[in-house]
Amino acid sequence: MKIIITVVGNDKVGIVAAVSQKLSELQVNIIDMSQTLMHGSFTMMLMGELNAEADFASIKKELSTVGEQIGVSIHVENQELFDAMQNI
Amino acid sequence: METKQIRDTIAMIDEQHLDIRTITMGISLLDCIDSDSHKACEKIYDKITRCAENLVPVAEELENEYGVPIVNKRITVTPISLIAAAATDTDSYVEYAVTMERAAASLGVDLIGGFSALVQKGYQSGDRKLIASIPDALMATSRVCSSVNVGSTKTGINMDAVAEVGEMVKALADKSPLKCMNFVAFANAVEDNPFMAGGFHGVGEADCVINVGISGPGVVKRALEKVRGKSFDIVSETIKKTAFKVTRIGQLIGTQASERLNVPFGIVDLSLAPTPAPGDSVAEILEEIGLESVGAPGTTAGLAMLNDAVKKGGIMACEHVGGLSGAFIPVSEDAGMIKAAENGNLNIEKLEAMTAVCSVGLDMIAVPGKTTASTISAILADEAAIGVINNKTTAIRVIPVPGKDVGEEIDFGGLFGRAPIMRVNQSSPAAFIGRGGHIPAPIHSFKN
Repeated sequence: MKIIITVVGNDKVGIVAAVSQKLSELQVNIIDMSQTLMHGSFTMMLMGELNAEADFASIKKELSTVGEQIGVSIHVENQELFDAMQNI
Repeated sequence: METKQIRDTIAMIDEQHLDIRTITMGISLLDCIDSDSHKACEKIYDKITRCAENLVPVAEELENEYGVPIVNKRITVTPISLIAAAATDTDSYVEYAVTMERAAASLGVDLIGGFSALVQKGYQSGDRKLIASIPDALMATSRVCSSVNVGSTKTGINMDAVAEVGEMVKALADKSPLKCMNFVAFANAVEDNPFMAGGFHGVGEADCVINVGISGPGVVKRALEKVRGKSFDIVSETIKKTAFKVTRIGQLIGTQASERLNVPFGIVDLSLAPTPAPGDSVAEILEEIGLESVGAPGTTAGLAMLNDAVKKGGIMACEHVGGLSGAFIPVSEDAGMIKAAENGNLNIEKLEAMTAVCSVGLDMIAVPGKTTASTISAILADEAAIGVINNKTTAIRVIPVPGKDVGEEIDFGGLFGRAPIMRVNQSSPAAFIGRGGHIPAPIHSFKN
């Protein structure tokens, strides 16, 4: 399953490191990523790939916990959601 | 990756209340018919709990995975008047309702619809018993929803049933006005409606099917904020594009639910279903289009355009469209409608005009307790006439509130909101309703 992870919050040192470190621990392969400052707020989007046995719910929960620890909001959704809405 | 598109999608869910209003599993009970009512109820309980065993867990799994809230998980069943008609041992169908409630409670579903009778042309033996059982059935349950179809374009309007429903609604309100929100009377009821209180599983449907009802007034309003002052061509186009995106989510969730439950996917109901939450209102869309308040002259035209654009945008976004499909205008469930009713900008007569151009009808409207049964019947007859003549579904869900009058309100709690008591025309239709009989089918129904 492909997932989209969005990270939004105040810019500071170490956000990319903390998120990618966690993804590595969770065995989530990053296949695309982009990062920018939008209206002053740090915005990062990553496309990740889960292996077949991965537990989506626990990955989502762990990333959300990382977000709370470093003070950013982290969303995780199945990539099909964005495909369905934005592509014909 | 298109960063902006991802942000837009997330904003729709997080800030603009985009949600799937309901995943509704339709279940046929035709194979549960038994002349012994207790045996029939056992079969009904077993069938519902077997078919829908995984409905709630799968819906919760989808909610988590796609991040889209699925507000309600519901079940519809074959109209009970057809199932119970075979039972020769009872004149009350309350036990059937209690069985539906028990099954729904054990599964954790929010609502179960189908305590219904279809009497648009006449009564079969179970229909009168079912209608007579509605007050006690709804008092004995909390999740069960009930409906009666009193007319259709093909058959005309059963005025005996119209009169009987008025009496029944008064009897139900005397027991508890809050229970009136679990009952709706229809003309041209549809067989694949995932929304309540009027959902039931039609006899022409498959044994078990998944239907999805979408929502999203907030998303439409936000999109329209970006085209302020532009022409109606652009307004309509903006609504179409937004409806397309919202409907795609419905199609995706429905497809996934159908695969995971191993049940065929029926339809997506393209409806704008408001909630009392700020920013989740159909009234606010009409105000965004340029009306100072919903109810102002222009409301009917605005609503007609909105309803049409939602359908045009949604229809290409999913495989099968069905249900009611259109904008809902329930007064108590829409913050903007409540405000307009309170400050006198919206009355029942204007709402009636609005029901001619959008889905459903006079919905969640509280009226004074002194309103007579014949007045309620006559309001139903008017709505049914609009539906029958215009080939569309119409309905009434009115709540006479005992002891209360115009200027007071009733609170339904949660998603159902609160409703100011609205003024009703006081001249009597008693002799009109007292005639009974049948209003014949309109000339344009003869198409063969």
